[in-house]
Amino acid sequence: MRALTATPSCLAVSLPADIISTVEFNHTGELLATGDKGGRVVIFQREPESKNAPHSQGEYDVYSTFQSHEPEFDYLKSLEIEEKINKIKWLPQQNAAHSLLSTNDKTIKLWKITERDKRPEGYNLKDEEGKLKDLSTVTSLQVPVLKPMDLMVEVSPRRIFANGHTYHINSISVNSDCETYMSADDLRINLWHLAITDRSFNIVDIKPANMEDLTEVITASEFHPHHCNLFVYSSSKGSLRLCDMRAAALCDKHSKLFEEPEDPSNRSFFSEIISSVSDVKFSHSGRYMLTRDYLTVKVWDLNMEARPIETYQVHDYLRSKLCSLYENDCIFDKFECAWNGSDSVIMTGAYNNFFRMFDRNTKRDVTLEASRESSKPRAVLKPRRVCVGGKRRRDDISVDSLDFTKKILHTAWHPAENIIAIAATNNLYIFQDKVNSDMH
Amino acid sequence: MFARGLKRKCVGHEEDVEGALAGLKTVSSYSLQRQSLLDMSLVKLQLCHMLVEPNLCRSVLIANTVRQIQEEMTQDGTWRTVAPQAAGRAPLDRLVSTEILCRAAWEQEGAHPAPGLGDGHTQGPVSDLCPVTSVQAPRHPQSSVWEMGGPRENRGSFHKSLDQIFETLETKNPSCMEELFSDVDSPYYDLDTVLTGMMGGARPGPCEGLEGLAPATPGPSSSCKSDLGELDHVVEILVET
Repeated sequence: MRALTATPSCLAVSLPADIISTVEFNHTGELLATGDKGGRVVIFQREPESKNAPHSQGEYDVYSTFQSHEPEFDYLKSLEIEEKINKIKWLPQQNAAHSLLSTNDKTIKLWKITERDKRPEGYNLKDEEGKLKDLSTVTSLQVPVLKPMDLMVEVSPRRIFANGHTYHINSISVNSDCETYMSADDLRINLWHLAITDRSFNIVDIKPANMEDLTEVITASEFHPHHCNLFVYSSSKGSLRLCDMRAAALCDKHSKLFEEPEDPSNRSFFSEIISSVSDVKFSHSGRYMLTRDYLTVKVWDLNMEARPIETYQVHDYLRSKLCSLYENDCIFDKFECAWNGSDSVIMTGAYNNFFRMFDRNTKRDVTLEASRESSKPRAVLKPRRVCVGGKRRRDDISVDSLDFTKKILHTAWHPAENIIAIAATNNLYIFQDKVNSDMH
Repeated sequence: MFARGLKRKCVGHEEDVEGALAGLKTVSSYSLQRQSLLDMSLVKLQLCHMLVEPNLCRSVLIANTVRQIQEEMTQDGTWRTVAPQAAGRAPLDRLVSTEILCRAAWEQEGAHPAPGLGDGHTQGPVSDLCPVTSVQAPRHPQSSVWEMGGPRENRGSFHKSLDQIFETLETKNPSCMEELFSDVDSPYYDLDTVLTGMMGGARPGPCEGLEGLAPATPGPSSSCKSDLGELDHVVEILVET
């Protein structure tokens, strides 16, 4: 916490067209992928630190851009399938190439990203432009040699995992075995093998026999970072279910059910809606889970199902505004949450381009803003405050002047360093802490 | 928005009664809020069926909210019984909360005056009724949910329509679809396609859960041509063909 508020620098990259819909660092943090509403994926790469300027740590530049998904039309249902990228997940790197999974509502794709920085020259039968030589001009044989060329990043789709989902995919998660991954939609979770596209195994199915009995949907799911048999999924009723794939082929019976009893004093017609979990993330240690619901982030200990061990208020001042937020649909916004590399700080987005960080050790929290005005490159981010009546300081924002169209739904934290990526509508902000870039 | 309606209500009360009825005032303002929330939720559920990409999670959460309100109102005994006095608030109060959601429908109604909708299912002047709700062609009673300052007798039909909505929430009755469709005399309605689409789960997955609530309309690419019957004309307006 102390490190991040000290001297973060900022690189704001504006993607001209589209609203960013997902942000994800790879396992080393060298690459940062973003997906947008137009089906594009943009990958940023961190420049290696320069010896000439030791204080200028690597900044992120565009590495590759490609069109991952196109809009489709489902003729049977007379429905357009959006090309919006819902999630991107990197595969652990196993060779020189990088691989990632990207998904829209219906189809998951495996992309391979390779670099080419050499090309062969000196063919016998082809000339420089690749045209066939007139054989009569060939008088001697030469061995083609590899010559350096400008770096070219090539992206190719290696697998397309289609037709696995009737409902909209909300999560994908790569297993620690690096061979399988899961995809979850509103009612079902499927397990895929990365090499097999024509078959998937259904591991969770909560669709009721009679759809009129439907009262709960799956909202997010993730594999445990270390135990390849464990995964968790969250529901719209605020519960988490930890499942063990060794127990049964169909994991409809959870191994553990994490649910906090409702607070009767806070009960309203909106209680269920605000308890719906919009994101769930295992800690890097695998010991804890982080969940985000509309007003709070909660830390759960895998060993305790009865209640979360920590609860942090993201924007409790909205509790009295729930009816308006229901009317304008903001109450259905799905915010994500993130751990830092050492699991000591958690982060999540809010409205007005604010995002919040909570230090689990010191119990201090901070509100920061991602906006062009307050984030000139190398500028220090100033903590913001929302005032709820009472004493108002000079730069406070009042609850009523919050801009609910500026929401930070997607955030990501570098796996090792204090570098964060914040998606604010169609702008990507990358903040890093210069003074202390190592984890504390 | 609530404050406005509440203030009018409070002023009216205070003119008539003493502080002893302050408790009653609180109760009725709660009922007012609850009613507004119910209206808003029903509108949201209807609207979600018109969207290209309905969100199942959102629909389920809204439907659960509606059920909660219905349960509470049933326990209170305020469900189904509509005393004319209880409905004495000005029509605008009830609509304040749904104003924003109604706006698109109002604009459309301004451009295309609603044709007569169904027969004998609505009691108020037809021209006042917003065509939006009749996109659920078989669910015509809902048109009175969108009543815009019509006479008070419409309130009876509104509550009756709520009953019908909840009945279909609870009991799925496929045969009633055909009955409701029997009014439609347009040759352009391919009954089989439409019924298959609504009943057979070929409709968008996210809306499946609420097929008991309101069937989806045929998609915009389907057969709503210009010289359709009344209901089809309305559907056409709504999908903006």
